[in-house]
Amino acid sequence: MSVVASATETRAISAPQGDRAATTVYLAAAACIAVIAIMSAPIVLSFLASIKTAKDASAVPPHYLPSALSLENYLKVIKYQAGLATYVGNSALVALMTIAACVALGAPAGYGLARFTMRGKEIAFLVLLTPVMIPYQSILTPLYLDFAKVGLVNSRIGLAIVHTILQLPFSVYLMRNSFEAIPREIEEAAMVDGCSAWRRLTHIFLPLAVPGLVTVALFAFITSWNEFLAALIFMSRESSFTVPILLVSVRAGHHGAVDWGALQASIVISIIPCLAVYLALQRYYISGLLSGGVK
Amino acid sequence: MQRAGRSRQLQGWLFLVPALLFVAVFVLVPLGQLVAMSATDRSLLGGGKFIGLGNYLKIWNDASFWRALLFTVKYTLILTPILMGLGFALALLTAENTPLKRLTRTMAFLPVVIGLSSSSLLWFWLFDEQVGLFNRLLVDLHVIREPIVWFVTADLAFWAVVISITWKVVGFGMVLFVSGIQSINPDILEAAVMDGAGYWSRVRLMILPLTRRVLLLTTLVSAIGSMLAFDQFYIMTAGGPRGQTFTAVYWIYQNSFVSLRLGYGAALSIVLTLIILVFSTLQIALTARSEEQ
Repeated sequence: MSVVASATETRAISAPQGDRAATTVYLAAAACIAVIAIMSAPIVLSFLASIKTAKDASAVPPHYLPSALSLENYLKVIKYQAGLATYVGNSALVALMTIAACVALGAPAGYGLARFTMRGKEIAFLVLLTPVMIPYQSILTPLYLDFAKVGLVNSRIGLAIVHTILQLPFSVYLMRNSFEAIPREIEEAAMVDGCSAWRRLTHIFLPLAVPGLVTVALFAFITSWNEFLAALIFMSRESSFTVPILLVSVRAGHHGAVDWGALQASIVISIIPCLAVYLALQRYYISGLLSGGVK
Repeated sequence: MQRAGRSRQLQGWLFLVPALLFVAVFVLVPLGQLVAMSATDRSLLGGGKFIGLGNYLKIWNDASFWRALLFTVKYTLILTPILMGLGFALALLTAENTPLKRLTRTMAFLPVVIGLSSSSLLWFWLFDEQVGLFNRLLVDLHVIREPIVWFVTADLAFWAVVISITWKVVGFGMVLFVSGIQSINPDILEAAVMDGAGYWSRVRLMILPLTRRVLLLTTLVSAIGSMLAFDQFYIMTAGGPRGQTFTAVYWIYQNSFVSLRLGYGAALSIVLTLIILVFSTLQIALTARSEEQ
């Protein structure tokens, strides 16, 4: 399932023949450039609007390009309500806890499923996949009531738990596949040397499954950083907002009129971490997507 | 030997216990509570009297819920073919590994990784009748004469959301289809070229049938996502105008967390869960089957 097939392998897919070959190649290139332009335009325009002056960003009719550069909008967002640092901090902490929980729960479970023969194993696997079958949206009410009793509403730990529910099936599934791909001989050699099952996991399997772990962490981050509905319901206090809720709050503004410049600045801030980790770890992201049909 | 086998089984279970406990406590128990709650008239202020199937009977007569569900189905039925068709077209365009086509894939996939709330607000701005650049562009291209007020009618609001979501997730199908196309044995396609099969007949007779499973699986995943739509409508249309763009999840949110009718909201959740269950069971069965190959 490698995306990185060599050029010769894939040539036959289009393989234009004869005189029309050159024309076809140019047309395809033009189409590619059009796709790139259309797909990047909204993000580029949002970024350009974010560095306009506030007045320029609300101009009617709007301009495509800023007439003057200004960080006014960003300064406004930085000081918005409890302060941008609070909201980014909330989102980052929730995401880190989600990553930690997905790895801490998903890796051992994947190991158990991949390397042990047990009666009822596949049933256990299906149980771990229930969050795929039961949409998390439907259990938010009972979770909210339970969490309210134990102080997990407006709590970053509480939200991280919800995000872990969302991401755990994928994590288990991916770790199981990663561990299953490791040759049995390596494990047998370790068993002969008297390594315990736990040591085999931490000293042999985990180091060999680093790509899988990176993928689990990456997906957990993207899911948690972007999740909206649970954050909207569970993080109702202004100081506990995460970044997606901050966005909606910035749009609502104070006096009904939308502060478009501040909105664009906060959108750009919300997008940057996702683009950064995706561009840096694209290979892992795509391979995770391809192996995680179950997600 | 048997002893060793049993202790090894036990060891295996020990590795599964933490994750199983987590799912039991945070998914299965709440699911049980949801079922119990759906049989009561509980609200956030109190209540909780057992009313049996009362809520479900109420759902039967709740025109607003059926309208929301129907709207969600319509959204799914219109959006899914657009996403799959465009995604497949993009995959055909970019399946070769030239630098330009790789770049195109990367750029077309970018919006998939950003937040749905970010993209919905981004498009909310682009569609705005006063400051929106999408309107400005359409005017400049002489497609329209005056900026369109997108969120004033249900139809226009619907298409505004469809356009924004198409931009947001079309890359998802594309990436999966590219991998499907690239996993086709190149010899087969080469042989077809030798036999004089034109481009479109190769697509129709070879590429489409050979990527059938990926197509089906992606369609299912995409359809489930659409059936659970919330963020984009909450942010872009707020369910309006006149409640015409409420989705099923939005209606449940509205009942449970705005009107605080928890018992009724729970019953609605269960109805939706049962509908989704059909899709997701198919999805898991298909994934399992494609693994066997």
